[in-house]
Amino acid sequence: MAIKQISVFLENKPGTLKEMTKVLANAGVDMNALSLAETKDFGIVRIIVDDVYETANVLRESGFVCSMTPVVGVMIPDVVGGLDRVLEILSAADINLEYMYASLGGKKQNDAYMILRVENCEKAESALRAGGIYVLSQENASDM
Amino acid sequence: MERYYQADLECASLEDMRALQNEKFLSQFRRVMENVPYYREKVEKSGVSLDDIQSIDDIGKLPFLSKDDLRESYPYGLLAKPLSECVRIHSTSGTTGKRVMAFYTQKDIDLWYECTARALTAAGATNEDVVQVSYGYGLFTGGAGLDGGSHKLGCLTVPTSSGNTDRQIMFLRDLNATIICCTPSYAAYLGERMKELGLTPDQIPLKAGIFGAEAWSEEMRRDIESTMGIKAYDIYGLTELSGPGVAFECSEQTGMHINEDHFYPEIIDPDTGEVLPEGSEGELVFTSLDKEAFPLIRYRTKDICILSREKCSCGRTLIKMKKPKGRSDDMLIIRGVNVFPSQIETVLMNHGYAANYQIIVDRVNNTDTLDVRVEMTPEMFTDNVGDIAAKQAELVNGLKSMLGLKAKVSLVAPKSITRSEGKAVRVIDKRKI
Repeated sequence: MAIKQISVFLENKPGTLKEMTKVLANAGVDMNALSLAETKDFGIVRIIVDDVYETANVLRESGFVCSMTPVVGVMIPDVVGGLDRVLEILSAADINLEYMYASLGGKKQNDAYMILRVENCEKAESALRAGGIYVLSQENASDM
Repeated sequence: MERYYQADLECASLEDMRALQNEKFLSQFRRVMENVPYYREKVEKSGVSLDDIQSIDDIGKLPFLSKDDLRESYPYGLLAKPLSECVRIHSTSGTTGKRVMAFYTQKDIDLWYECTARALTAAGATNEDVVQVSYGYGLFTGGAGLDGGSHKLGCLTVPTSSGNTDRQIMFLRDLNATIICCTPSYAAYLGERMKELGLTPDQIPLKAGIFGAEAWSEEMRRDIESTMGIKAYDIYGLTELSGPGVAFECSEQTGMHINEDHFYPEIIDPDTGEVLPEGSEGELVFTSLDKEAFPLIRYRTKDICILSREKCSCGRTLIKMKKPKGRSDDMLIIRGVNVFPSQIETVLMNHGYAANYQIIVDRVNNTDTLDVRVEMTPEMFTDNVGDIAAKQAELVNGLKSMLGLKAKVSLVAPKSITRSEGKAVRVIDKRKI
């Protein structure tokens, strides 16, 4: 039940991110979360969007290299220790976190969400669920 | 069953070939001495007289001609026939900044087209074939050369010239073209475009391609062959000597047979000018034995390669030249190390990258820098910065072990490197020396 993230290759020079957001805006894509990883000469943008397949198509047609990656989305209650609880479960299950990034609650406002990149999404999801954490479905993620 | 265009010459015994070369050389030499004052003065200045040259074995006594001579005598100084007997000129693309102009009589044109007809025959062409010539037509020799050879064989010739890639593919499919002729970089681009259009090799009617006019690697050959489902043949030539068809590849794909009944080859030490024995690597030098209008004797090509008379499975006895690493003009000297763009291409293709790349050389704080720009491909891309950086590092290591030199690798956006329709601009040298 992992959700799908779109990862896009960008050259590290002025205007490349803007080119991508222009393509998405023209195609009416709604972004729900975004993170940017960069090195000296290139970057990878990771986004959670409302329509994954449409987004991948318009990006490819516009000449971007992109890929779809399964990630785990969790809801984090806005209380002290909210994230710590999530990480404790992953740590206890010996699950390595490659990267993660946060997203605000969007239309629902109150909660925060984290997008987690792990080796095995299924294993992480069942551990989190067993620990009482709310795990997002693709539908939730598309409708944030 | 191997077919030849002129079996008696292509499969002649070494003895017969030497006799033919000797006879042609002596009359060519006398004729040039008589009709080209620039050449006569050059020979006299070197202290050689007509009597010193009794056979082709004495050729080593004669001075070399180089691109500098062509420039000094531009445009008519090396002409050996009155202009009234010349019917055509061709000119180089000037990729190295020095434009060359060459003249042809009708006989020169006919013999040149026979050379390209030999190349097409070796690639399997008969009058049943449809040959699409996607080399540029005009001053460049590529279009005219293959067009002429294709006519000699009676192939249906499709003169698309270069450019307008989608129209090229339309003609190719509508007319069921079986053989395509163009530069290897354009062939790679055509293949890339066909792939984008969703064409698989069995939907592409081509069976063979003849690609030349720039240096390309063995890996690029395999890539073009598998994308289009064809056999790719190399062809070699210089405008100064006629154009493509000075040498051509047969199905063995282990080097190109030189049409040595027309072009007599030697390998020399590029520094000392000394003639080297067969099998040595050195600079290729040619003497045109038949050219009437623009005959060059001992012309230095700047191409570094090896000659070999090893028996070839195709049955031709014409001497073979190994694929040149590149013109010594293309050779870069970076931090004192000799680098050929084709070596960089080999590394890229071995690591799964496409043949679209650019080499940028610069000098920062008195040190040469080498930046290899490569396009990111869907196959190489992941969402993990570390994985991509690791692939980049692999490439840097691969380049280091091939070149003995540390290069920077820049991954750039797809299609951001300009595609060429003729000769690709692979190297940008920003150094001001």
